[in-house]
This record gives sequence, C-alpha cells and structure tokens, in this order.
Amino acid sequence: MRQAEFERRHGEEWHWFDQWLCSQRAAARRLRARTPPADDFPARYRALCQQLALARARAYSPALVERLQALAGEGHRVLYGARPPRSHGLWSFATISFPRRLRAEWRVFVLACLLFFGPFLTLGLAVQWWPDMARVVIPASDLAQIEAMYSPDNEALGRPQAEGQFQMFAYYVWNNVRIGFQTFAGGVLLGLGTIWFLLFNGVYLGTIIGHLVQVGLGVQIASFVAGHSALELIAIAVSGAAGLKLGGALLAPGGRSRKLALVEEGRKAFELIGGAALMFAAAAVVEGFFSPLPLQPALKYAVGVLFALVVLSWLAFSGRDGDAAR
Amino acid sequence: MSVPIDQRIGVATPEGIELLLEPAGPVPRAIAWLVDFLWRFGVLVVLAFPLMAMGEFGAGLWFLTWFLLEWLAPAAFEAFNDGATPGKRAMGLRVVRDDGAPLTWRPALTRNLLRFADFLPMLYLGGLLSMLVQREHKRLGDMVAGTLVVHVDTRPPGRRIPAAAPLPPPRPLTLAEARTVLDYAERAPLFGAARATELADLAAPLLRPDGGPAPEQLIRIANHLAGAPSHASG
Repeated sequence: MRQAEFERRHGEEWHWFDQWLCSQRAAARRLRARTPPADDFPARYRALCQQLALARARAYSPALVERLQALAGEGHRVLYGARPPRSHGLWSFATISFPRRLRAEWRVFVLACLLFFGPFLTLGLAVQWWPDMARVVIPASDLAQIEAMYSPDNEALGRPQAEGQFQMFAYYVWNNVRIGFQTFAGGVLLGLGTIWFLLFNGVYLGTIIGHLVQVGLGVQIASFVAGHSALELIAIAVSGAAGLKLGGALLAPGGRSRKLALVEEGRKAFELIGGAALMFAAAAVVEGFFSPLPLQPALKYAVGVLFALVVLSWLAFSGRDGDAAR
Repeated sequence: MSVPIDQRIGVATPEGIELLLEPAGPVPRAIAWLVDFLWRFGVLVVLAFPLMAMGEFGAGLWFLTWFLLEWLAPAAFEAFNDGATPGKRAMGLRVVRDDGAPLTWRPALTRNLLRFADFLPMLYLGGLLSMLVQREHKRLGDMVAGTLVVHVDTRPPGRRIPAAAPLPPPRPLTLAEARTVLDYAERAPLFGAARATELADLAAPLLRPDGGPAPEQLIRIANHLAGAPSHASG
C-alpha cells in the first residue's frame, strides 16, 4: 500500500487520537482528576501501534512516522499512567511494609548501628576518663554554648533561647530529616557518604552527651532526651541502613549489572528511608512538645523507657504474620 | 532499524513498537534547576515577612515550608504534574521512568532525595559527571530511581512533500533509499536552492541525465513513492 492511500485510510483515526489526547491534556491542566480513558482507547492505541510498525517497515516518509510515533508516545503515557496507585496508604506502610523491610535487611541495619552507636558509646565513655578529649572533637566555644543550653539556670531546656515549641518542632523536622536524607543519599557514593555521616554523628553526639554528663549536667540532658532519643537515634541508624543498601548494590551487585542492582536495591532502600523519615517526624513532635516540659526527671525517664519499648516492639513485631512470605 | 545518528534511545513497549525518547543534557536541566531554585527561593522570601510577623508559630511554619519546598515539592510536581517541575516545564523537559511510562511517587521521591549526592563535592559536579559519561544523561538520582529526563516532543507541524507529477525511479529502491528520498522531499522546502541541488546531486545514480534539475526529479520520485495521484500537477 502506498503512503497516500495509507494516510487516507487511517487519517481520521489519527485525528481522533490527537483530539482526544488534547482534551486529556486540557483536563489535566485544569487540575481536575484525569478523565478515565475512553472505553475503546486501548483498542485504538493498539491499532495505532500497529500502524506505526507498518509505517516504519514500509519506509513511509519520516514526517508520517514521526507523527505516529508522537501519537503513540503520548498514548503510551496516558494508557500506562492511568493505572491506580499500588501503595496501600501510609498506615499500612508504617505498620507492615516498613518494619518487615527493616527485619529483612537486618544485616545492613546491624552494620549501620555499629557504625553509629559504636563511636557514640566510645566517645561518650572516653570523655569520662579524659575530659579534655571533648575539646579535641568540638571547639571549646561550642561546648560552652551547649553547656549553657542545658544549665539549670536556663529556663528553656535544650535551646539557645526561650523559643516556642512549634518553632522548635519545625526546626527539628527541617534539620533532622535532612540529616537522615543526607545519610541515605551518601550511600550512592559506594557507601562512603553514609559511613562518614554515621561516624560523624556518632562521634559528635557521643562527645556532647559524654561532656555534659562529665561536667555534672547529666540529669538535665538525660531528662531532656529521654522522650525522643530512642526514635531519633534508631532513625539515624535506619537512614544509614538505607544508604548502605545503595552502597552494597554498587560494591556487591551479585548476578546483576550494577545499574540494575542499584534500581532494585534502591526500591528496598526507599522503604527504609521512608520509615526513617516517619520516625524523625515523630521524634520531632516528642522533642518539640514533650521533652522541654518541666516535669520530674523520674517521670521523663519512665516515659522515655516506655517510648523506647514501644518503638523496639513496633520494629520487631509489627506486621509479623507473613514475614515468612518474603 | 538504522544506526542512530542522534541521542535518542528506543524503548520497547508491550505492543511491540519502539518509542524513541530524547534524553536531555546538562545545560537545559541546569537552567530548569535555576528556574526552580528561583521560584522556591522567592516563595520563602515573600513568606518570610508575614510569617515572621506572626512570631514563633510563623517561624515554625516558615521552617516547615522550607523543608517541604526543598525535599518534597519537586517530587510532588514530578509525580502529579506530568513529570515536570515548573522549571522543567519552562524548558520543555519531563521526567519519565526508564520504560517511558509516567513517574510515580516512589521514583520521584527517590531521585529528589538523592539530589544531595549529585550536589557533591560541590555545585552538582557529581551529577554533571554522571550525566556526561552516560548516553542517557542520568544523574545519580536518576540511576537509583530508574528515571530519565527527556525533551518533550515539540516537533514542528507536519512537513509535506511538495506536489509534483510522480516519476517512477529507474530501478526499484531499497527501503533505506526510499526513506532517504522521502526525507529529502519533505525537507526540500526548507533548503536554499544551492543546498537543495548539492544534496540532490548525491543521488545522481537514481536520476535520469535528461530528466531536468536534480531536486525536481527527486521530488517527483518521492511523489511516486508516496503514491500521489498522477494528476497532482502538470
């Protein structure tokens, strides 16, 4: 069949297709929910694909082939973009998918915990024996500022000035989730970025806490961090686990190309960093609204232990039935 | 198919056809980033005045807005706005998945969370390097998310073969030859006369020595190939 005959025969279909795509785009631009595909759209799209293949095989003119290719490309977007989302909402992610994923990836999680809590505890203890060590890690002026924040004279515990609770909550979200995201993203650099952030934060936080205990502000700092520390510290380790997944995909892709391994492991890592972001956000709520309350230290410790138990049992047991299915 | 002479990459669809995607290089993407940076920065500056006046609650809202604009807004645009942030739309770009399908939440967020790694060691040098060494121009975030940034198809309105009396070629043409002749005829109106002659002379083996100027002959052959009715012109 000659090209002119082909165009005569199918021109109307292509015109319909073009018009329909235009109306779809217009609907999308007006921010309305995208209209569902017309009932016969898939059939028309398949016919168009066949015509495109024919036009290519018969060496019809490039302008015609390009026109059909453009129509098919847009049709492909509409047809395959109209599928309903597969996720089942945030709640089931938090209670089922995320804890399951974390347990499935326990190896990288343990490694991330070692990389973070190792220096954290080492420095925290080392400062007790060698108090000068704190000044090696953190400039003395910064240490003095932190001491002032936690001194009993400061009315607003754990803050430079008496800032409001909502502002501190927002600040914690802005700052802590960023640290989590950076720890995750660093993983794509062969895992080096993740390892650096984990070690750095472990050293830094361990030194501060150790120093405050050593200068006799132990009760102040412990009662402030009791509520949110479990969520926040574990969230850092989970972010690290997500980053290490990316690094692992590059270093040990197994029987896959590194490119494919990165995409596949990235999918799993995304579940981890998503969960970590939720934990950071929850920690920010506690840190912003509960931690600065002027309560008895004993009460705060009790709440802290309770929170820690809730967090640990959530990660260990939530969504258990069906773990074996993975 | 012929050997590609451009950057386009083919993606096979379930219908057995090949969609051609045109990956976007660093320059239009950098400009798109700048546009996005400027509007986000502008929003933060403009919001700062009323929110700071509201005291600590306003300051909190401002921090939250900053967080959302920095990490989530680009991903939300890419997932729900046809794969394009305002900057990408202005530059005619769009993010798609590797198979050409529209973006969903997960890849959109993944590629935007990894933006930080692309920024390292400074000023997106890592991302630039990653784009330059790959045919698909993927930055690190694109590699993990399995996404591509492509040019949105903005082809000029359909070119047409100038009408002329059909002329059969001296011998049957191969498919590649036929396609080349058709391509020439469709573009002929865009060439200057000298260029049109220069190109048409390359097809000398297909032309009759006594058949008139080369460009005219080629256009007539194209009319024959396309199946134009013989009464198209005199």
